[in-house]
Amino acid sequence: MRKIDVIIIGAGHAGLAMSRCLSLRSIDHVVIERGDIANSWRTERRDSLRLLTPNWQRRLPGFAYEGDDPNGFATMPETIAFLTRYARLIAAPVETRTRVTSVRRADTGYLVATTRGDWHCRALVLASGACNIASVPRLPEKLPAAIQTLTPMDYRNPGELKHGGVLVVGAAATGIQLANEIHRSGRPVTLAVGEHIRAPRSYRGRDIQWWMDAAGVLDQRFDEIDDIERARRVPSFQLVGSLARTTVDLNALRDIGVQFTGRVVGLSGGKIWCSGSLPNQCAMSDLKLGRLLDTFDRWATDNGRDAEFDPPHRLAPTLVDDNPPLSIDLAKRNIRTIVWATGYRVDLSWLHVPVLDRKGRVRHDGGIVDAPGMYLMGMPFLRRRKSALIDGAADDARELSDHLASYLAVLPAAAVQPKIERFREWLQAEPAATSADAELSNPVS
Amino acid sequence: MTISAIAVNNGVNVEALIGAREALAKAPEAAQFRWQATCDWMNGTHSRATVSKFFGLGQEQQRKSEFRFDADHPEVFASEDLGATPVEYVLVGLGACLTAGIAAVAQHRKIQLRSVSATIEGAMDIQGILGVDSDVRNGFEGIKVSFKVDADATADEIKALVAQSQKRSAVFDVVTNPTNVTVEVV
Repeated sequence: MRKIDVIIIGAGHAGLAMSRCLSLRSIDHVVIERGDIANSWRTERRDSLRLLTPNWQRRLPGFAYEGDDPNGFATMPETIAFLTRYARLIAAPVETRTRVTSVRRADTGYLVATTRGDWHCRALVLASGACNIASVPRLPEKLPAAIQTLTPMDYRNPGELKHGGVLVVGAAATGIQLANEIHRSGRPVTLAVGEHIRAPRSYRGRDIQWWMDAAGVLDQRFDEIDDIERARRVPSFQLVGSLARTTVDLNALRDIGVQFTGRVVGLSGGKIWCSGSLPNQCAMSDLKLGRLLDTFDRWATDNGRDAEFDPPHRLAPTLVDDNPPLSIDLAKRNIRTIVWATGYRVDLSWLHVPVLDRKGRVRHDGGIVDAPGMYLMGMPFLRRRKSALIDGAADDARELSDHLASYLAVLPAAAVQPKIERFREWLQAEPAATSADAELSNPVS
Repeated sequence: MTISAIAVNNGVNVEALIGAREALAKAPEAAQFRWQATCDWMNGTHSRATVSKFFGLGQEQQRKSEFRFDADHPEVFASEDLGATPVEYVLVGLGACLTAGIAAVAQHRKIQLRSVSATIEGAMDIQGILGVDSDVRNGFEGIKVSFKVDADATADEIKALVAQSQKRSAVFDVVTNPTNVTVEVV
């Protein structure tokens, strides 16, 4: 049984950001990671995926992007390389290939059992990600066996799909990206559309993420929002990170021949049934987009910066057919594959501490979990609208590590001896840091 | 001279609704309602329905008075035309549900309504119900609702009221999504 002050579960960007903040406070900790650093990015993402956020927005504590393509969008290999290098730069104490099998309360802390032995810690940070399991709606009947079904977790590229029609369910970022690349691969796509958030890639000459950042939308705090539960469930913007900086909204998909239906609501008699609410979903999305662009325009005017940008404009309304189909006859449409781009949920099945609400969500107040010394990172709108973005981890980690440090300070008799042991081990084990240290521009951050 | 703010009043007690939301989130059993109507055959295609009680908040609730509805088919269906057709009741339900929603959302958003009126149209190919063509459904081919709203708000704000009302409307959901219907004979 090893003892340590803090365990961070997950070595993705959120876990690493927290590790950096704890190291700056000399708080003894370890990051337990079931795979290699940036595991989810390595094993659970499709080939063509690029980040939705531009490179300049790839900021973590002590790290700012200093490459030559600030407005580009990182590929998966680039994202993995960046996180791996970050972990090395901050000398994050990561135990890789170590899976947490259970977490239980213990005296003054938690018992963390792993595939490589047990730990006792005084405080715990859950940074295992918001997208562990693909959510697939339960259907009352089984789909025909010949139909291939996939989620974004197992989909890699269109070439792996059977030839023929594809039904993509869900029109948030993943859904529209998949509809676009699959349809362009020669497999006719039908896209089932529920609630979605339309967003242009660029507005008035700047990337939309630039506006979201500059106008303060990303910094909106969880305790300033009317209905935070609803805000935390908002689907991701319909954005693509691409070299061409294209906007892939429903109108763009319509232009290449994608067909649309409303939200999937059932399956019977070989037909998928769809809601008749598609016109309303599209109207609502257009109205939300209008309000967002109004926010940007108001900010530009209030700050006397209108002259810096192209004039304001609005996108054409989303076109909707007069009578969108209410059902998809799988055989008649030759649907050979269904891709469920219907969101993700968290897997905390190993967490045996009663912190979940009746819907299986962690009970927390801005990341401070409803259990002593337990913290949560990397969830949508955890503390700010940007919390689930890479750029959101730094502020959250800073504030939560503040709270964690105070929490540890008031616990009974800190373990001084184990800290010295661990320092000795580190001195003997750590290789010297490389010249890439230059990227750590501001050690005190 | 002071200018006092005119309070927005659409007649909806939004505070009570929000209070109810919070209470029900903590006691979801109380949120299980059962709406009821009874229906008695009169003659021909004429029947009379009544609504007087429902179950909710854990107990049977009585309405202030008993509501009565006559339903019948029109003369072109060789009927007596003693009441609106059942499908027209559905259009009434949709219009009323969306209108109530608009009032509630407007109150919550502090928008003063002056008038709201809707025209609700349901297109139907009666070859379905007459059994003439089995490819034709019994129900509506489509429903169109047209709202005229006069309010202290911009055109976009009014569109947003109407859109939000659909999002939270019971009858809109009933009409656009499948619902299990079990019919038994006792």
